Amino acid sequence: MGSLTMNASTQTAAGSRVVMTETIKANNPAAHAAGDQRSAGTTMAIEDVTLRYGDANGVLALDDVSLKVAKNEFCVIVGPSGCGKSSLLYLAAGLNDATSGRIKVDGREVIEPGPDRGMVFQSYTLFPWLTVRANIEYGPKRKGLPPEQRRQIVDQYLNEVGLAPFADHYPAQLSGGMKQRVAIARALANDPAVLLMDEPFGALDSQTRGTMQKLLLRVWERQQKTVLFVTHDIDEALVLGDRVLVMTARPGKIKAEVKVDIPRPRSMDVILEPDFIALKRRILGLLHDEIDEDH
Amino acid sequence: MAQRRTAWTRLTTPFANIPASTATTLALAMWIAVIGGWALLSYGRVVPNMFLPTPGTVLQTAYRMSLDGSLFYHTFTSAKVVILGFIVSSVIAVPLGLWMGTYRAVQAPLEPLVNFIRYLPVTSFVPLFILWIGIGIEQRIAVIFFGTFFQQLVMISDCARSVSRDLVNASYTLGTKRSEAVWHVIFPAALPAILDTLRVTMGWAWTYLVVAELVAASSGLGYISLKAMRGFQVDVIFMAIAAIGLLGLITDTAFRILRARIAPWAA
Repeated sequence: MGSLTMNASTQTAAGSRVVMTETIKANNPAAHAAGDQRSAGTTMAIEDVTLRYGDANGVLALDDVSLKVAKNEFCVIVGPSGCGKSSLLYLAAGLNDATSGRIKVDGREVIEPGPDRGMVFQSYTLFPWLTVRANIEYGPKRKGLPPEQRRQIVDQYLNEVGLAPFADHYPAQLSGGMKQRVAIARALANDPAVLLMDEPFGALDSQTRGTMQKLLLRVWERQQKTVLFVTHDIDEALVLGDRVLVMTARPGKIKAEVKVDIPRPRSMDVILEPDFIALKRRILGLLHDEIDEDH
Repeated sequence: MAQRRTAWTRLTTPFANIPASTATTLALAMWIAVIGGWALLSYGRVVPNMFLPTPGTVLQTAYRMSLDGSLFYHTFTSAKVVILGFIVSSVIAVPLGLWMGTYRAVQAPLEPLVNFIRYLPVTSFVPLFILWIGIGIEQRIAVIFFGTFFQQLVMISDCARSVSRDLVNASYTLGTKRSEAVWHVIFPAALPAILDTLRVTMGWAWTYLVVAELVAASSGLGYISLKAMRGFQVDVIFMAIAAIGLLGLITDTAFRILRARIAPWAA
């Protein structure tokens, strides 16, 4: 929590600086190291990852993507639809294999999925046959933690996402927003090194989406987690992220890096501030180039 | 809005709900129409009683055969054949179907063979079964098995295959091993659909009963109706058919209750 609150308290809203770094060659590791003030440690490193579907003549989905996510950083990837941003997240989770390149989490190369990389999907992926409590308990149970410890973890995260009264409900009895809250709690209950989020609020209405963003920020600030978040919503990216990576249209590449130096804790009203709007205009411009090139 | 809708509008709106009382009334009306039509045709002698017995005669026959215990005896024999055949079939089809739907390596060798056998008429195998298995209860169970198993296998494999990929992916990111996914994720996720498949195929198992008792049986509902045909006892045939239908209705309801108990989370 330390660096975060300090960041917020040393900068008043009026005096907030907006730092924007754009790196055209984003696979230059120095650019990321320099841009990160929060922590020296790198949690996740994606190195020269290329993804081609099918054979050598197949569609090139990702073209030589490199990026680093620092410990406890909230890193957001935005890009036009079909740019391969979700594919990149699936590779990071180990759910799919890259054609070339490497992904490392805490120095270990990713070769298969594992509980150190929790993931929240856009579609609802709660186990429908388990109650909310049992869903959150699933990971700790797989890990073989004793029941008493599991109960503590579950209770902690149930409270964290405000769903304690719904502990014994089945997913079918929950609203879309509640389902995603459980999905976040379930992923965090494993204490993953990095939390991968693939447009987790994409299927929600805009009011619920705002509530969920607020909740996610609160949980993230309290739990100190490393997050790699994918979205096509620029507002969402800027409200949540420390850093926003903009991807090109297919084949996906990191086109630019935008530092979001808006003080935390951020309220949802931040989207009305001039600093925010300036950043949004910048990213919109970057994305529009992509869409125009595409047609 | 809702108040402005007339009862007629509600009844004729696609997918609209109707009150439970209306549904029950409609279901009862259907039965009354069928039995009433039957009574009209038989009591009114529109169809000679030799071909169409009156509802009264059938009830009398049922009463007579219940008193001497023969109705229970034949019903029990038939139910035993159907349920045993169905259980043997399900016990193999559920795990094998799960594997088939989960692993391409199991599906690839099995599917072409199963789809070949699936279209063969069960009746054509009855002589073979008699040669191979004899004329005991095993032969009848084999007929039920043969009629049910291959259908179950294909349907259960489809249940497993339609489990959401992201559900399995999510389980991996929570620490599930690949070898555990079938039993920890795919099986429970497919369970409501599997129970529905079992309910539907149970109905099919009952329809093979008469085929199973066609040859070389000495008891059972199919057997007594075949014997009754030779003696022109249409009332017995009607009673046997009604008994099979009732048993089907009971097992169907049992499966619905079972599904609600085992998979209360599924709508």
